[in-house]
Formats: sequence, C-alpha cells, structure tokens
Amino acid sequence: MGVYAQRRFANVLVMSLSVVATAFGLLWLVLVLGTLLFEGFSAITPALFSQMTPPPGNSGGLLNAIFGSLVMTVIATVIGTPTGILAGTFLAEYSRGSRFGEVVRFINDILLSAPSIIVGLFVYEIVVVPMGHFSAWAGSVALAIIVIPVVVRTTEDMLNLVPNALREAASALGTPKWKVIVTISYRAAIQGMLTGVMLAIARIAGETAPLLFTALNNQFWSNDLNAPMANLPVVIFQFAMSPYADWQVLAWGGALLITITVLCLNIGARLIASWSTFK
Amino acid sequence: MTVETAGVARIAVEKGRSGAVGDVVFRALTFLFALLVLLILGGVIVSLIIGAWPALRTFGFFSFVFTQVWNPVTQQFGALAPIYGTLVTSAIAMLIGIPVAFGIAVFITEICPIWLKRPLATMIELLAAIPSIIYGIWGLFVFAPFVQQYIQPAIISTLGQIPGIGLLFAGPPLGIGILTAGFILAIMVLPFISSIMRDVFETVPPMLKESAYGLGATRSEVVWRVVLPYTRVGVIGGIMLGLGRALGETMAVTFVIGNAHRISASILQPGTTISASLANEFTEAFGDLYRSSLIALGFILFIITFIVLAIAKIMLLRLQNQAGS
Repeated sequence: MGVYAQRRFANVLVMSLSVVATAFGLLWLVLVLGTLLFEGFSAITPALFSQMTPPPGNSGGLLNAIFGSLVMTVIATVIGTPTGILAGTFLAEYSRGSRFGEVVRFINDILLSAPSIIVGLFVYEIVVVPMGHFSAWAGSVALAIIVIPVVVRTTEDMLNLVPNALREAASALGTPKWKVIVTISYRAAIQGMLTGVMLAIARIAGETAPLLFTALNNQFWSNDLNAPMANLPVVIFQFAMSPYADWQVLAWGGALLITITVLCLNIGARLIASWSTFK
Repeated sequence: MTVETAGVARIAVEKGRSGAVGDVVFRALTFLFALLVLLILGGVIVSLIIGAWPALRTFGFFSFVFTQVWNPVTQQFGALAPIYGTLVTSAIAMLIGIPVAFGIAVFITEICPIWLKRPLATMIELLAAIPSIIYGIWGLFVFAPFVQQYIQPAIISTLGQIPGIGLLFAGPPLGIGILTAGFILAIMVLPFISSIMRDVFETVPPMLKESAYGLGATRSEVVWRVVLPYTRVGVIGGIMLGLGRALGETMAVTFVIGNAHRISASILQPGTTISASLANEFTEAFGDLYRSSLIALGFILFIITFIVLAIAKIMLLRLQNQAGS
C-alpha cells in the first residue's frame, strides 16, 4: 500500500505540475497581450495614421514609419519568396538523397534560427559600407535574408507532402519534369507554400535588430530607397527608450499595430494550412 | 506511316527536346538558388572575419575574449563582460524554460482532451510569434517595475542574506538586470522548446506506451521511463534549439538588461550581452577599432550559436533516423 500510495502521489504531483506549467505559459501570453491592448488602444487615433513621427515633446503619428515598414517588408518578400521557393524546389525535387542537398538543408536550418542581429551586421558589411550610408535597400536585403530560410523550409516540406503518384501520372503522359513541378507539384502544394510566405512576413514585420544597422531610422517622410527610412520597429525602440511621455505612448501604439499584424498573419497562415489538401 | 502520324511524331520529338532544355534550365536555376543559401552563410562568415580583423589583430583573439575592459575613450576593448552576460542570461532562461516547456509538452501530449490540443498548442506557439521588441517594451514598462517592487526585495531579504550564495543576489533592487533579462528570455524560448518536445513525444509508438500502461504504470512513470528515454536525443535537440535562440536574442534583452559593460557577482545587477551591446552601440560607434571590436563580438556570437544550433540539428536528425528505421 505504501508503495502504491507513493506512486499515485508522484503521478498526481507530476501531472499537476504540468498543468501549472501550461497555465504559467498561457499567463504570459495573456499578460503581454492584455498590457498591449490596454496601453496601445488609447494611442490608436486618426493622428497615428496621418501624421509623421514628432520631435520630442510634440504630438504626432507614425505615418512615415508605417509606410517605411510596408515598403521594406514588400521588397523583402518580393526578393525572398522566389529565391526561397526555387531553393526549396531543388531540395524537394532534385536532391533526394544527394550530399549537396543534405548540406544545404542543414545550413538552411541553421540560418533559420541564427541571430537576426548577425544578419544586420552582414548586410552592413556588404551593402552599407560599400554604399557609404544607411538605406532602405540595405534594410530590405537584411529582411529578405531572414525570409529566405523560412520559405525554403516550408516549400520543401510542402512539396514532400505531394504524393509521388501525382508526379508519376504526369510523367507517364510525357510531361517534362520542370512542367510536372510547375503545374502539378506547385499547384498541389500552393496552400502550404502560401502559409510559409505568410509566416515569413509575420517574422520580418516585427524584426528590429537587422534594421538598426541597415535602414536606421528617419524622422521624416522618405520614399527614397537609397536613404535611411523610418520603420515601426526601430521607431518603437527609440521612442520606448526615450524619457518623453508622448513618445512612449506612440511606441505602445506602434507595438500594438505590429502585434495585431503579426498575430493575424500567423492565425491566417494556420487557417490556410488547415484547409490544405495534404497533411 | 502516313503523313499525319509522322507529323505527330515530329511534334512529340520537338516537345521532348524543349522539355529537355526546359529541364536543364529549371534544374540549373533551382540549383543556383540552393547554392545561394550556402553562399549567404559563407558570406556571413567571411564578412564578419574581415570586419573583426582589425580588432582581433590589435588585441589578439584570446586577450580580446578574456579582457573585461570596454573603454571607447582609450580605445581598449575586451569581450568578456558581454560574453559572460550572454551565457548567464541564457543559462537562467534555460533553468526556468526547460522545466516549464517540459510540463507544457507533457500536458498537451498526455493529459489534455483532444479538442483542446490544437487551440492550446497554437496559443503557446503564438508566444513565439510575438516579436521580440514587444517583449522588450513590455519588460521595460511592466515587468521590470513589478520585479523591482515585489520580487527583488523578496529575493534580497531571503536568498541575499545567506552567506556565500547571497553574493549572487546582492545589491539594490533595480528592476532591470541580468535576472530580469534571463526571465524574459525564458518566456521567449518556451514555445520553441515545448513545441519540439511535443513533436518528439508524438513520435513514441503508442504500442510502447500501452505496454507500460498494461503493466500498471502511472502516467508520470510512462513519461519518465518510456517517453523520455525514447525521445532523449530529440529533447536535447529541442533544448539546444531554444538555447540557440536565447543566446542570440537581441531586442528584448537590450530593453531590460541595463547595458553595463561589467561583470557583477550579483544577477540582480545590470550587465550586457553581445547582442545588446551591438544593438546599443553599433550605429554610434566612432572609430574603426570600436566598430571592428563590435563586429568581433558579433563573430563570437555567431560561432557560439552556430555550434549550438548544429548540435541541435544533429540531435534531431538522429531521432528522425531512429524513428524512421
């Protein structure tokens, strides 16, 4: 009886601890999102979307930062997506069992988790130093380098889910391989690949570290890609660290905007993935 | 052969040819982009070495790593304080994060009703989706004041009074500091570790678990003696992946660590990490040696994370092969 009671007690203890751990994890999600809504909601005003970032002590908005973030995210996605899809296609369709494919896959997974600030340093060295100044181009390239591994990984995973019978059926009709890939594999895996792109955009939407040394920041409206450009994450960083109350309010507003965007993209991606044909 | 069938055959041959050309072109194209992934990594390594070279040549690699002085005025730079801060904050994050992540993974795979599994897993993963700057601003304005007012005074008046280890918890309650940064890191790496643990726990063949239950094992015994031994490699892989994230995490740490280039015995005091130093100082670094020293810091961070992530990946591949065979 002693042993039995002991084992039951140990079981109840371990299981309760795991419930506590889960509650602990969820608690932070609720706390962080709750604070964001509470602090950020009052900062969401028409001025936030219509005025430029102000000098200290003045009221203003985040229009130039929102614009800059959009521009750089779009450019990064436009560069990163095709690159990632083609590399992922190579891994899934042409490199099964090859040594080179294994190496690329390994390196890609490391790039996927590598510190983003290192990407910032890299782009600083190869773009900012030769150009001689910070620029929106440099920021976009840094973000694109973060997009690529995410898209490579999801593209490969999704293409691997496409049943071989589909490819074989197309090949049996005499279709060349590239056409099988483009018209059969891609079409079958499109939802999954779209998910990957959405997750990649969600990832770069809030990235700050790689932009610090590349796009820098700009207090004014700028649509010159060769000049520093304002962007939400760096503005939040600068404003939140400042002692000025109205800057801090704007930082909360920006933080709320970014979080809503990122969470919508994430949840949207999951919904699309759950409708996907193959699992 | 009639003229008509010959025509069809010729078209087929031509199509075959254009297909062959298309294949070569498309294969080469995808190959080039796969190669680009390797080139990016190679480029990162080469550019960091070139950028770090002036500093490493001036100070020497070992004395750079083991010197604590960081003085832009006298142009003396040593990496010890940021390296120490990086390792200690990550260690704290792992100490808190691993047990909690394990608990979450056990709850989701073993206890949770099926209808709750997906929503719960998604919610935990959303913790990973929240950008790090959000944790930073939240840590600075909400968490650090809370820590300063309630947690640190309690720690200082209890643990801080014990002779010996009390040194670890000495000093005034500042709110920001190494412990606060480590704690926020723990929350950030939680979802990464727990989602991998969950995935590897799912790979345990049901037959194994059912055999143990059949012998009268309790749930916790099944987890400790069947699930964990079977998935050990994958669990370590998940932990290493989380560690890789914690080491390189930038913005959240930059907000709450206090950015002091010094090594304090107390984990309640401010410090700095490699990534926080970079984020704070890089754009304002004057002089080539200063900037080069910062790049050298980045290079060290890259080496550390590369090794940790490579171990993680190898561990996870081993589990995958084990499950496959």
